[in-house]
Amino acid sequence: MSTAATSQAAAKEFRTIRNIVGPLVFVGGVKGIGYGEIAEILLPDGSIRRGKVLETQEDRALIQVFEGTSNLDPGSARVRFTAKGQEIGLSPDMVGRVFDGFGRLTDGGPAIIPEKYTNINGVPMNPYARNFPNEFIQTGISTIDVLNPLVRGQKLPVFSGSGMPHNRMAAQIARQATVKKSGEKFGVVFAAMGITFEESNFFIEDFRRTGALERSVMFINLANDPAIERISIPRLALTTAEYLAYELGMHILVILTDLTNYCEALREISAARKEVPSRRGYPGYLYTDLATIYERAGRLKGKDGSITQIPILTMPEDDKTHPVPDLTGYITEGQIILGRSFHAEGIYPPVDVLPSLSRLKDKGIGKGKTRPDHAGVMNQLYAAYARGKNAQELAVVLGESALSPLDLRYMEFSKRFEAQFITQGENENREIEANLDLGWRLLGVLPRAELKRIRPEFVEQYYVEATDL
Amino acid sequence: MASERSNGTIIKVSGPLVVARGLSGSRMFEMVKVGVLGLFGEIIEIRGDQYSIQVYEETEDIAPGQPVVPTGVPLSAELGPGLLKSIYDGVQRPLDKLMATYGEFIVRGAESPALDREKKWDFTPVVAVGTEVEAGDILGTVPETALITHKVLLPPGLAGKVTEIKAGSFTVEEKVAVIKDAQGVSHTITMLQKWPVRIPRPINHKLPPVKPLLTGQRIIDTLFPVAKGGTACVPGPFGSGKTVVQHQLAKWADADIVIFIGCGERGNEMTDVLLEFPELTDPKSGRPIMERTVLVANTSNMPVAAREASVFTGITMAEYYRDQGFSVALMADSTSRWAEAMREMSGRLEEMPGDEGYPAYLASRLAAFYERAGLVIALGKDGRESSVTIIGAVSPAGGDLSEPVTQSTLRVTKVFWGLDDQLAFQRHFPAINWLSSYSLYLDVTDPWYDAEVHATWSKNRRQAMILLKKEADLQELVRLVGLDSLGSADRLILESARLIREDYLNQSAFDDVDTFSSLRKQALMLETILAFHQGIEKRLAGGLDLAPFLNLPVTEDISRAKLIPEKDLDSRFADLRKKIEDALEAAARNANK
Repeated sequence: MSTAATSQAAAKEFRTIRNIVGPLVFVGGVKGIGYGEIAEILLPDGSIRRGKVLETQEDRALIQVFEGTSNLDPGSARVRFTAKGQEIGLSPDMVGRVFDGFGRLTDGGPAIIPEKYTNINGVPMNPYARNFPNEFIQTGISTIDVLNPLVRGQKLPVFSGSGMPHNRMAAQIARQATVKKSGEKFGVVFAAMGITFEESNFFIEDFRRTGALERSVMFINLANDPAIERISIPRLALTTAEYLAYELGMHILVILTDLTNYCEALREISAARKEVPSRRGYPGYLYTDLATIYERAGRLKGKDGSITQIPILTMPEDDKTHPVPDLTGYITEGQIILGRSFHAEGIYPPVDVLPSLSRLKDKGIGKGKTRPDHAGVMNQLYAAYARGKNAQELAVVLGESALSPLDLRYMEFSKRFEAQFITQGENENREIEANLDLGWRLLGVLPRAELKRIRPEFVEQYYVEATDL
Repeated sequence: MASERSNGTIIKVSGPLVVARGLSGSRMFEMVKVGVLGLFGEIIEIRGDQYSIQVYEETEDIAPGQPVVPTGVPLSAELGPGLLKSIYDGVQRPLDKLMATYGEFIVRGAESPALDREKKWDFTPVVAVGTEVEAGDILGTVPETALITHKVLLPPGLAGKVTEIKAGSFTVEEKVAVIKDAQGVSHTITMLQKWPVRIPRPINHKLPPVKPLLTGQRIIDTLFPVAKGGTACVPGPFGSGKTVVQHQLAKWADADIVIFIGCGERGNEMTDVLLEFPELTDPKSGRPIMERTVLVANTSNMPVAAREASVFTGITMAEYYRDQGFSVALMADSTSRWAEAMREMSGRLEEMPGDEGYPAYLASRLAAFYERAGLVIALGKDGRESSVTIIGAVSPAGGDLSEPVTQSTLRVTKVFWGLDDQLAFQRHFPAINWLSSYSLYLDVTDPWYDAEVHATWSKNRRQAMILLKKEADLQELVRLVGLDSLGSADRLILESARLIREDYLNQSAFDDVDTFSSLRKQALMLETILAFHQGIEKRLAGGLDLAPFLNLPVTEDISRAKLIPEKDLDSRFADLRKKIEDALEAAARNANK
């Protein structure tokens, strides 16, 4: 169809680069170039850079060059249009391998013979074809499993800040995540955008050491790699994930880090194109663009596999209202927020419990999934901790003597909650039942009458008042 | 008329914006088919010979030189029996049919008519041959679902004498009647009608609202009601429960028809609606609520231009059912995503931006949309009274209500349910802040509630609000000087306000009983809490100490009153009131000793 029409024109090479602005190249004298197709720029030294058509007009095209435009000479470089969008070759052998931001192997291993090529931009899932996520994933982390349960097909980001241990936590989740059913194929697709060598090394080594690498596909773009490659990395990763999930029936956990770097790359291109910016210089289509990444999580009717996403982003100045976390929060199904004060107190994982939320929590828990009392315990722990924190603040202003005996109990509860429930070891994998029992032990600090959010029959079954007050 | 139009040629492609030349004869907002794939688009700007087109599908591979073919018609919605129970995308393609034909993903160029062309409907005429009819008159009825009897109306712009009409089973495209107008021209009427979505459907005239839209949500019905035919907005930062509020309203609002627009929101949420609604039953009729619902789902990753259209598609369907005499509630989640779609197109058109890059016409577009709500007398001789109520969610960036979409919305809507993330952190749901929210319909709804539900309704509402307001003031004071320095009366206010907050306003959407409260139950619950308050207040005035009245076991019964099933309200609440009175009496005796 269109490819037949354009491939005639595309067979030609053009020596007509008119302008080079940042990562953008303007080519003149062309005809019939398709929007979004991949162009190859051939340098005199024989090297090739790839780019994507961002805008096309009758006689010119605007190309965003993935590998950057340094050393490009408009006089000697030639441009060849491929008449195809960006594609990735897919194969079951990708599992266990490491790729770069253009989908090329970087681990030095043998080449992979692709079974098929697929456009990386994906096609929107029909909402009618979706299957609702309702299978609990156990991560072994109390603050996630009990308070913000993750379910298959969900997208649950981690909002972190610079200097916080989000990478360690992500690695822990990748290591420990299991579904409470055996015999299912589980895999991790890991995409790193603009992270440092040390961070990347940490992940690769950790995955290798713990054997997680054998079930992982890694896409790595380091901080000194071209920023523009960061635009395609999540799409390469998700196209791979879709292949593994929907064609090979695997349950895929996709970890994307760090989305803030991705958005900055997007801003860089937008600025080079002189687009009207919205907040903080980010383009007006940032929401839509992020949605085309996050919405690729899910499950499909009639297919075995699933895609669960854990995107990680660092909030500039820990500001949740910054456009990147803000727009992310509006698309994803909840968020896990890391708190700097917890981190400073040495609490790991420093999950700031109160503003964290999993929107799909009610669907993945309860009878047959975790335990019937789960919902009540979750709500009661939240409410009690919120009240305990309030009491703590009051005590700071007025002194503990100003608190009622009940508030003192709440304060004690929240202290123990932070020390025993939030805090856990980096290699500590807690079973959900043990986690819920721990929750009940902490609720024992409160008088029975305070447990208003739990059904009376569960209070009857599990409540034991603490004796060490 | 399409004969004067000529085909155009693409000269530029930039994301969802395509510019073409040579489309002479085409009009503003006309639909065109773009490129060799025939993607749907709409003309949104004409500059000389250059026509800017927003394309409703992904434009990858579309290249300059490819053709653009005009269709001669503006973007229109198909109207007729079969809309209910459907799920559409933003340009009214049925998603279930798309899946059956094209698979799990929405491929480009996919087409499917909004209304099933094969299905037969039983048409029963209500007018006879020879009757003079005018636009909006009911020609016949069709049982669309067990809940809704669809009315086939004479389309706007037509009038004349019925020369042919017959009962029977027809598809939507088959002739059901023939009308001969004053000029002697015969018009064939089918059950399928089309209407351009950007133009409001005509009405006879508008009326001021007279009664509330009941929702079964206590904080909404009691404190901040929205009138039937009114407008409300729900702004809130992410995680504050906007979508749950919208879903609750879609489930329980006492409208005849519910149109739910998922505009640029999450795919999994729409799936939740799709799976859950068929399971839920309408409290009045006992039928699945899906039988009165139309869903429009244009999730955030679906093309942005179709998102812009989805709101208009939804409101046009709402107006169509309104014209049949139904009360319709339309929920749009979220209008911010709609505004962002406008911003994106505006940016691509290189228009001069207003606030935060939004186009300068943002406020007028929002206002024009909300103004399509209203209590109206529909067209037609019988003067049917019906309404469209619009409830729009707003997702302010960073939860900052000063941003342009929220501000433009607040200027045109009359009810404000301000969601508060602090309340959400405490798991107080619905997280509607009772101090910042407001309803401008109270002067309409108070007399209605007093007359129809409970004589002391408005008095109780005012008293509850006063307690909540005083509580907020007192809490400021407590933060400064501590709880001990408050007098008994003030401490009682704190206690009672806490009961109102935790045991009345807090309502669980996920509890089978608590998810919906009838007005009767709301009246009894609030009156019980206030009776408890007044019972203690009276005894304090008699000189007793507050201490024995604090932490009475009976407060636990008050807390659990929300779980009293609807069927034994009167007996259970009578028991509760007696128990409270006994408990207070006993406490008073203790205090006296």
